[in-house]
Amino acid sequence: MKIDIILAGVGGQGILSIATVIGYAAVESGLFLKQAEVHGMSQRGGDVQSHLRIADRDIYSDLIPAGNADMILSVEPMESLRYLPYLAKNGWLISNTTPFVNIPDYPPEEQVLAEIRKQTHHLLLPADEIAREVGNPRGMNMVMAGAASRFIDIPFEKMEEGIRFIFRGKGEAIVASNIAALQAGRKYAIEN
Amino acid sequence: MRNQKLLLLGDEAIAQGALDAGLSGIYAYPGTPSTEITEYVQRSAESAARYIHCRWSANEKTAVEAALGMSYGGKRAMACMKHVGLNVAADPFINSGITGANGGLLITVADDPSMHSSQDEQDSRFYGKFALVPMLEPANQQEAYDMCFRGFELSEKYRLPVMLRITTRLAHSRAGVVRREPLPENSLQLPQDMRQFVLLPAISRRRYKKLLETQHALLAESENSLFNQYVDGPDKSRGLIVCGIAYNYLMENFLDGPCPHPVLKIGQYPAPRSMVARLVDEVAEVLVIEEGMPFVEEYLRGLLDRGIRVRGRMDGTLPRDGELNPNLVRLALGMNDEAGPAVPEIVAGRPPALCQGCGHADTYDAMNAAIKAVFGDGHVFSDIGCYTLGALSPYQAINSCVDMGASITMAKGAADAGLFPAIAVIGDSTFTHSGMTGLLDAVVENANIVVFILDNSTTAMTGGQKSHAEGRLAQICRGLGVPEEHIHVIVPLRKNHEEFVRIIKQEIEYKGVSVIIPTRECIQTFRKKAKAKKEQ
Ligand SMILES: Cc1ncc(C[n+]2csc(CCOP(=O)(O)OP(=O)(O)O)c2C)c(N)n1
Repeated sequence: MKIDIILAGVGGQGILSIATVIGYAAVESGLFLKQAEVHGMSQRGGDVQSHLRIADRDIYSDLIPAGNADMILSVEPMESLRYLPYLAKNGWLISNTTPFVNIPDYPPEEQVLAEIRKQTHHLLLPADEIAREVGNPRGMNMVMAGAASRFIDIPFEKMEEGIRFIFRGKGEAIVASNIAALQAGRKYAIEN
Repeated sequence: MRNQKLLLLGDEAIAQGALDAGLSGIYAYPGTPSTEITEYVQRSAESAARYIHCRWSANEKTAVEAALGMSYGGKRAMACMKHVGLNVAADPFINSGITGANGGLLITVADDPSMHSSQDEQDSRFYGKFALVPMLEPANQQEAYDMCFRGFELSEKYRLPVMLRITTRLAHSRAGVVRREPLPENSLQLPQDMRQFVLLPAISRRRYKKLLETQHALLAESENSLFNQYVDGPDKSRGLIVCGIAYNYLMENFLDGPCPHPVLKIGQYPAPRSMVARLVDEVAEVLVIEEGMPFVEEYLRGLLDRGIRVRGRMDGTLPRDGELNPNLVRLALGMNDEAGPAVPEIVAGRPPALCQGCGHADTYDAMNAAIKAVFGDGHVFSDIGCYTLGALSPYQAINSCVDMGASITMAKGAADAGLFPAIAVIGDSTFTHSGMTGLLDAVVENANIVVFILDNSTTAMTGGQKSHAEGRLAQICRGLGVPEEHIHVIVPLRKNHEEFVRIIKQEIEYKGVSVIIPTRECIQTFRKKAKAKKEQ
């Protein structure tokens, strides 16, 4: 068993908390994990990605080989396209629909979404909106993690535990609202 | 408890490895991708309990020298830096090969192939060879951890500094690491030879000969090192030499069985000569896969490059520059390209930018109004930090970024050449790293320059480490001899724009050294502090 996920977004959007939740669930399920992160210059509003690799045996490369990602999970639509060469033939492209526009030449939103829809296996979700609906406007990341959970062969409860672990210092209300976001994301993925 | 697996970045594995191997002090200046080594030690409860030294140093040179001093005292020390930091520390590093060490001394250097956050992609292994010291290069996080033990051991056995070389990908990738039984720290113990560290020519000559004689033993260590492995394979049409993390990229392509070719995995240098000889003798051609420059490859080819059939970065089998990955290695092995769909053309580049509300932006607005609008483009020498982003749109306010400290000295040289006005822009941390000596040069000759020291009271580019400059800048400038009336502190905010522009214009007209210090806290550290306060 192996799951290779490219996490994509813009510096400052906090893709690493998604990696932490999924990674926690994987390790708690007795799986091996490697996770390449981006630190440094591009965190200043540039494009960032993280390679999250999970397997039931030792993992060699810290980077996912091109054409082998089972999933691209992006918190920003244009960023999801930047990593297409990594996507495996049967891989899933899962993206938030809300663009993050901090450059003058951001392409028209409709064109970006059209490119995403060209992929055989894609899931677009209004993650910011879903997060607001469950009363956690900053929980977009957890909505995305929840959507991804539908395609990841790890018990969902382990991901909930992951949230409890990450936010343990911040009080029960914060934990609950992030779990609500996670569940809402999963529900959306199952229903759409 | 001890065999509990920790999920660590390569950098953190090194920090934990050094702590467990009896480290007494870590010395470093921040620099991507090495910063998290020191930060891990700074956060560690265990390190606090043991009073491990872990405060930042002013720059990499002071860091290596302080680490050498701790080694002189018989304790285990580590200095950490990014690759270009070793240029700054090259003097103590090379000479520490000749003085040798007393307590274990590890010099950890993180290279940045593909220049993710750097101005070049130099390969530190050339420095290690230059200094004639042993080098270790881990393939994964576990080896990074283990090599701290091995490194201190080698260092104390041969009384030599040892280089630990990693690259960005390992530094910033997380994996499980199993800890070992920790070693106690050394106690204070002076060197046996009280002249060991006195590099007067007569002593240096003797010590240099000793260093040269030790090379045979270091080679023998490499031949027997667990980090150098020869794995035979049936297909001798090709043999592979893989260094450090390149091993992973090779093996990623043989998940369903062993690699059919003989593989020599190198993790300790000097390169194990008889193992290389065995490979060369057994195969038709050798493919060298290494992250960074073609260090082993060039060595193997030699000046004439006749005889051994070698493939690698120098003949185009692999790209000559940039970071490796599994796919590049796959293509070099002649296997098919598995890459998925191409990136659609509409995808635009997203370069990093100054944050919304950053004080540097207000400074560049004022500078452009007072300098570019009046004298045209081409007058501003800048430096390394967040403010280097002032080179990009919409500011396009700076004309250079070379190495830390070069803004002031280049402005002075350009002023000497007749450029007017000649302006320098440098960050507070960069100023205390390498700007102060250049400012002294300018003061001594009363050079006609205006120096901006952008004080955001942190080392922002690398994530907000404490800056040595904190609260000291004006005082330092006065102490170096800049006239009091030509030192200005201003808050870079929209509402102060007119006054800011007026001060700049006024100081450009003054014939001599002026210093303007725009002072406003980095918006990122400000937010972090506000958040921490709220959560209290
Ligand atoms: C010799 C060397 N050491 C370290 C670095 C990494 N580095 C680049 S910028 C920077 C910090 C700059 O801080 P400061 O001058 O205060 O500017 P700021 O980013 O806060 O604007 C560091 C540590 C480097 N490029 N070269």
